[in-house]
Amino acid sequence: MRTLFFVIEKEFLQIFRNRLMLGIILVVPIVQLVILTYAATFEIRNIDVFVVDQDRSPESRMLIDRFAASENFRLSGWSDAPEDGYNALLSGDAAVVLQIPPHTGRNLTRDGHAPVSLRFDAVDGFSANIASQYTMQIIRRHNEDRAVFTMPATDGSFSSALAGNTPPPQIGIHVSRWYNSELDFKIYMVPGILVMLITVIGGFLAGMNVVREKEIGTMEQLNVTPISKTHFIIGKLMPFMILALVMLSIGLLLGRLWFGVPIEGSLALIYLMAVLYLLVVLGLGLLVSTITHTQQQAIFITWFVFVIFILLSGLFTPIDSMPQWAQWLTLANPVAWFIDMIRRVMLTGAGLADVWQSCLVLLGFGLLTIGAAILRYRKTIR
Amino acid sequence: MKAFRAFITKEFYHIFRDRRTLLILFGMPLIQLILFGYAVRNELNEADIAILDHSRDEVTREITGKLLSSGHFRLSAYLENESEIEQVFQRGTARIVIVFESGFGRRLIRDGKADLSIVTDASDPTMAQMLEGYTASIIEEFQRERRMQQDAERPPGADKVLHGDGGVSKSGITPEIRMLFNPELRSANLFVPGLIAFILMLVSAFLTSITIAREKETGTMEALLASPLNPMQIILGKVLPYLALSVINVFTILVVALVLFQVPFRGSVMLFSLLSLLFIMTALALGVRISSAARDQQTAMMMSLAGLLLPTILLSGFIFPISNMPAILQYLSHIVPAKWYLIIIRGIMLKGAGLDVLWQEALILFGMMSVLLALGISSFKNRLE
Amino acid sequence: MKNNGNIIEVNELTRKFGDFTAVDQISFEVKRGEIFGFLGANGAGKTTAIRMLTGLLIPTSGQARVAGFDIYTESESIKRNIGYMSQKFSLFNDLTVAENMRFYGGIYGLGNQEIRHKTIELLDRLGLTGVRNRLIADLPLGWKQKLAFSTAVIHDPAIVFLDEPTSGVDPITRRQFWDLMYETADRGTTVFVTTHYMDEAEYCDRVSIMVDGRIDALDSPVGLKETYGARNVDEVFVKLARGGVS
Repeated sequence: MRTLFFVIEKEFLQIFRNRLMLGIILVVPIVQLVILTYAATFEIRNIDVFVVDQDRSPESRMLIDRFAASENFRLSGWSDAPEDGYNALLSGDAAVVLQIPPHTGRNLTRDGHAPVSLRFDAVDGFSANIASQYTMQIIRRHNEDRAVFTMPATDGSFSSALAGNTPPPQIGIHVSRWYNSELDFKIYMVPGILVMLITVIGGFLAGMNVVREKEIGTMEQLNVTPISKTHFIIGKLMPFMILALVMLSIGLLLGRLWFGVPIEGSLALIYLMAVLYLLVVLGLGLLVSTITHTQQQAIFITWFVFVIFILLSGLFTPIDSMPQWAQWLTLANPVAWFIDMIRRVMLTGAGLADVWQSCLVLLGFGLLTIGAAILRYRKTIR
Repeated sequence: MKAFRAFITKEFYHIFRDRRTLLILFGMPLIQLILFGYAVRNELNEADIAILDHSRDEVTREITGKLLSSGHFRLSAYLENESEIEQVFQRGTARIVIVFESGFGRRLIRDGKADLSIVTDASDPTMAQMLEGYTASIIEEFQRERRMQQDAERPPGADKVLHGDGGVSKSGITPEIRMLFNPELRSANLFVPGLIAFILMLVSAFLTSITIAREKETGTMEALLASPLNPMQIILGKVLPYLALSVINVFTILVVALVLFQVPFRGSVMLFSLLSLLFIMTALALGVRISSAARDQQTAMMMSLAGLLLPTILLSGFIFPISNMPAILQYLSHIVPAKWYLIIIRGIMLKGAGLDVLWQEALILFGMMSVLLALGISSFKNRLE
Repeated sequence: MKNNGNIIEVNELTRKFGDFTAVDQISFEVKRGEIFGFLGANGAGKTTAIRMLTGLLIPTSGQARVAGFDIYTESESIKRNIGYMSQKFSLFNDLTVAENMRFYGGIYGLGNQEIRHKTIELLDRLGLTGVRNRLIADLPLGWKQKLAFSTAVIHDPAIVFLDEPTSGVDPITRRQFWDLMYETADRGTTVFVTTHYMDEAEYCDRVSIMVDGRIDALDSPVGLKETYGARNVDEVFVKLARGGVS
């Protein structure tokens, strides 16, 4: 038991002596957290609209002003030639082209309706979809406002209404948004990004550390001593577990103070879950280190595995959007489990009763990976 | 010349002997391709919905049926009372709850007005809004159908029921909406070109920087410098294999993307190849530059990760649209080479754009490459003197 | 087995790597308290042999007992009773001298008091008390080497294994190192040392010469010179390598 203490002491000494690395470990993730949170958003803003106005009537200008005034859209260009609009789409200068055909204003006044064309760059289909909904909203509102001031001539329905006929049955819809009423996407992203950060520290660094000892040769020296492999492995894991938890704490603080991310649930529960998760991730890093001989290989394989895990974790794109087979796969993905857990605990105030099954799953994974690492690690080569 | 050829041969051996790295070099792009092609997307399948029906009459059942058969929702629970809602969200059982007030159907018919609530777990605000939107339009449709039905049932000559449906289709400005370049709105079309950029960055920049740093770490660089090879040849020799690998990688991905995922390729292959080569060289120059600043592999790796790969993933428009980001980040994205390359290849592949439209981006990329090459080579030479 | 004063007993020990036989049926004994040299050219199999004896490698066939323990089944017990200094020196570069000694002392089961005393004593004996708080990386090669050796015996093991401990060091430092080894042997620790410097053979009590995985000669230096009619061990080795005996 005492040997474990000495092993851990040595590891800490070595880590803290490497000032540069320590600095990187603490600073880079913070920077990442901030940039990533701001960058990784699917909130659609600043949609570039290119206007092709072949009409140039007061009517068309009113419509264009609507778009200009909207906070979702940004006027990126103006012309009366349709090719310019198309080119803007081709070159990526605009995401949508609003084309108002000639005589629109006149048709509107005379007939009560007139078509306009909206062409979307749908390469990013998701954003295009949302953008089109926004345009519909703007146009709808525009039409409603117009209807108040105009008396359409021949439309029977309107005059019926004015004559006091039976109004249609209306379903009133109340919308209530829980947990993130300002609809701030960043609040949703931060917990997930925190998970990603500690995954990098836990998974990469621990594994690389072991491989480096192999490369330098001090590993052999340790193999010759009576240190048991369990003690050796725990000694390797412990400092990085602690570093990762420190990182998590800084991240939580930053999230709370800078981004306003709430911590609705129990902090103790968050740390408990983090420890379980780190066991899995550290174990994976270690497992990789037992099958590689050089740092470069270790980096690649760990990178490879973790990239796949992170992509399939629901961090950036929802698990619900995946095809069924991929959703099954995520059941074996500890990152997915933890991200789901931490989101629910931090944002909705879920408690142990709501996450205990997930905790057990993580525990299982952790025992598996660390157990496998311990088994694979040999002090004596056969 | 013979020395150079021998050098390049050695470099190729290095790479091909390292089976593990090789596996990852080719395996990873393919796996990522599959993931991005099939699994990583934003299209909504079916979201879990819970129903709290205080009324349980014909009308609510009809509305519920409509919701569940819309293909957007998957019933996960029937609730008994409001207090269960919190738990539903906390357990992740559902993302949206519809609450019908009691006597819903009766109120609707008798009073002409009834209320329902949509309660969403807005943790994921985009998802919440989309679900609200779907629900609202389904209910709107329900109302429309009812009115048309009621209209049909009324005896002729009686007052018509108001056909109000937002006024969009009947009067005022009527929009004709067309989705260009990707009418099925497939995520794969968005991500795959980005993947190409990412893989190129990975192989050309990341790997190159590590390889050169490794030679420095193990000391074999000194031996190289003492040989008859001149510095230019050394750089070229180190870089050429990765250039070859990148090219092979890109074409493999392209073929798989075109054949398996039916990502379109509407533009000029020549232009694509030319500009891709430009980008590869930019990436290689970046790799060389980083390697001369790094003392050992680990440092090279960290610098590449932070300075290359992360910006490429985040700030290039690969997954997250740049226009969504705050202004600072948008400005920052201008110096990420991948951003320009992405505009170019998305333009060529998906929109069939030509040089006449893309010349600005091409010029910028060319400028970046020149600057980086100059920097990279000079810094490398400096290290030697 | 213990009564006859042998601390290492090896019988037909063999290690193959695929088709290549690194160690070919070697047999020998090492007596308690002696300085036993394992000579041979690079690649002769010395390092492989020492790795088997220290419990780092499992033999392909043959038997051996070290400090009374079987190398197949009791390797952890062996490790508790031996010290080891590898070719690459084995002290942690990013720790200080004192920290290294504390670490090794601790994992070999020494108490905190004991570690403190031993550290002072060892540094004193080496005349290196002043460097106790310097990082290993900052020290010259000769000092590193001596410190590595002292750390290897900090727990007073029965045997200390040294794999090419004097590689790359100047002759004077080498001489000083051997003085250290004599001191240690005098205190009762058996010293098992491999080397490719033939002149160091003169310093050993007995020497075995390995050629291509086999032990071609084993005797005291004097005995070897007599048998092979050579003036020094170097000549003995050359004659053996050429495959002839006078």
